[in-house]
Amino acid sequence: MTKVRVAGAGITKFGRHPERTSRDLFAEAGATAIKDAGVARDDVEGVYYGNFMGELSEHQGHQGPLAAEALGVHAPATRYESACASSGVALRQAVRDVRNGEADVLVAGGSERMTNLSTAGSTEALAIAADELYEVRAGVTFPGAYAMMATAYFEQFGGTREDLAHVAVKNHANAVDNDHAQYQREITVEAALDSPAVADPLHLYDACPVTDGASAVVLVSEAYAEAHDLDAGVAITGTGQGGDRMALQDRENVATSPAATEAAEEAYADAGVTADDVDVAEVHDCFTIAEVLALESLGLFETGEGITAARDGITTQDGDLPVNLSGGLKAKGHPVGATGTSQVAELTKLLRGDHVNSEHVPEARVGVAHNAGGTVASAVVHVLEEVAE
Amino acid sequence: MTEDGESVRDAGFDEFLDALAEGDSYYVECANGHGSLPPRRVCPECGSADLAETPLPESGEVATYTKVHVPAPSFADDAPYVTAVVDFGPVRLTGQVLADVEDVEIGLKVEPVVSETETRGERLVVFEPR
Repeated sequence: MTKVRVAGAGITKFGRHPERTSRDLFAEAGATAIKDAGVARDDVEGVYYGNFMGELSEHQGHQGPLAAEALGVHAPATRYESACASSGVALRQAVRDVRNGEADVLVAGGSERMTNLSTAGSTEALAIAADELYEVRAGVTFPGAYAMMATAYFEQFGGTREDLAHVAVKNHANAVDNDHAQYQREITVEAALDSPAVADPLHLYDACPVTDGASAVVLVSEAYAEAHDLDAGVAITGTGQGGDRMALQDRENVATSPAATEAAEEAYADAGVTADDVDVAEVHDCFTIAEVLALESLGLFETGEGITAARDGITTQDGDLPVNLSGGLKAKGHPVGATGTSQVAELTKLLRGDHVNSEHVPEARVGVAHNAGGTVASAVVHVLEEVAE
Repeated sequence: MTEDGESVRDAGFDEFLDALAEGDSYYVECANGHGSLPPRRVCPECGSADLAETPLPESGEVATYTKVHVPAPSFADDAPYVTAVVDFGPVRLTGQVLADVEDVEIGLKVEPVVSETETRGERLVVFEPR
């Protein structure tokens, strides 16, 4: 089985680009990734593309071919949809296909256009990642679903809104120097606590923004990297995916995310590492409570102990285990279909040493990316490692 | 909705709501005793296709809840409202609680009924505190 290298990474500015189509955004991210990789366009054998709400936001289905066209690539292209984990699952399939020897060069990425919708429209569009019959028709919004997870977490393990505010403050601080980030500004715990309520106990500053953006990575086989003398010092050594019942009401415990635990265990075993080996992580913090659940699912903290990780300074820039040095979904932004590959793009740069925040993890060798779909009915985890060239 | 405006039912789910509205609600139980909500052809827990309608307990307990301040458009006139996941033992059900959030807590006993949204007059599950 061949090793999979990340040869190139590209991310657009995440933020408000209401006038830009998702194909245009993807064209930019993909061109950046291909240039970064130094591979010939003609060598790309497939495009694995994530997008979630294209039918609602752009009246566009069947986006795979458009994604390939946008890159100037003549190759089969398929769209993957798994809510907010769309490009995570696209990437996972690409990783497996390179490993299996099916291809030497693949592009995995994703794109999402969201800010052309009204706030109400995007709230409605995001809600369809929940169970239409039993959740959406009861008035469950996406923040509402995570709020119910937070309520259950507080009840079982303790925790306060202030603990959650520290997660938001940390991720905003990380985004300040990241030019891809939507919000390059710091916030305070007080401002987070005072922001308007969205769904109790979650307030506006507990939630990621509505975002347009795209991301892409170029995966190559080890043999191709060597034959073409590519500078590709980061490998994806582990991949895992987990699933859970769609509706919160059908989960055994809504204060944990076992789908992510399954994904992490599979990815760690695949890579031959453990949670103790992880030096840096990019996790799916669509809401502050989601980062807490992610840290626990990844085995980086015991169940019930992730809630104070940011507050205690463990996951901050200068802590022992920096999490979301990109700014996370919270401050970098969350163009849903683009998020999974953007996490891997950021981690690749962090490990390579050319990320604006690499200085905070100079010795990092192992990174983990956690991408969740819906209320973690889907989860994808990837392990990235710096490899000797 | 069909093109001529006539509403099409969602088989299984609408019958479930009809039964709940008539005070005759049920869930689906498989041969191994796992509960789930319709429509089902197999038990999501064990794959058993031997499913029987079983009466839903009259009351359940709030397992978790939130007060939604920012709704989807179809609930614009309903907000703010309290949604909850309510535990009935073999199954749990999501709906809106007819109470102020200050009066809702985990463990609160409630009864399910069917009501209509203010915004569009659509049916939904609501819970009345006992």
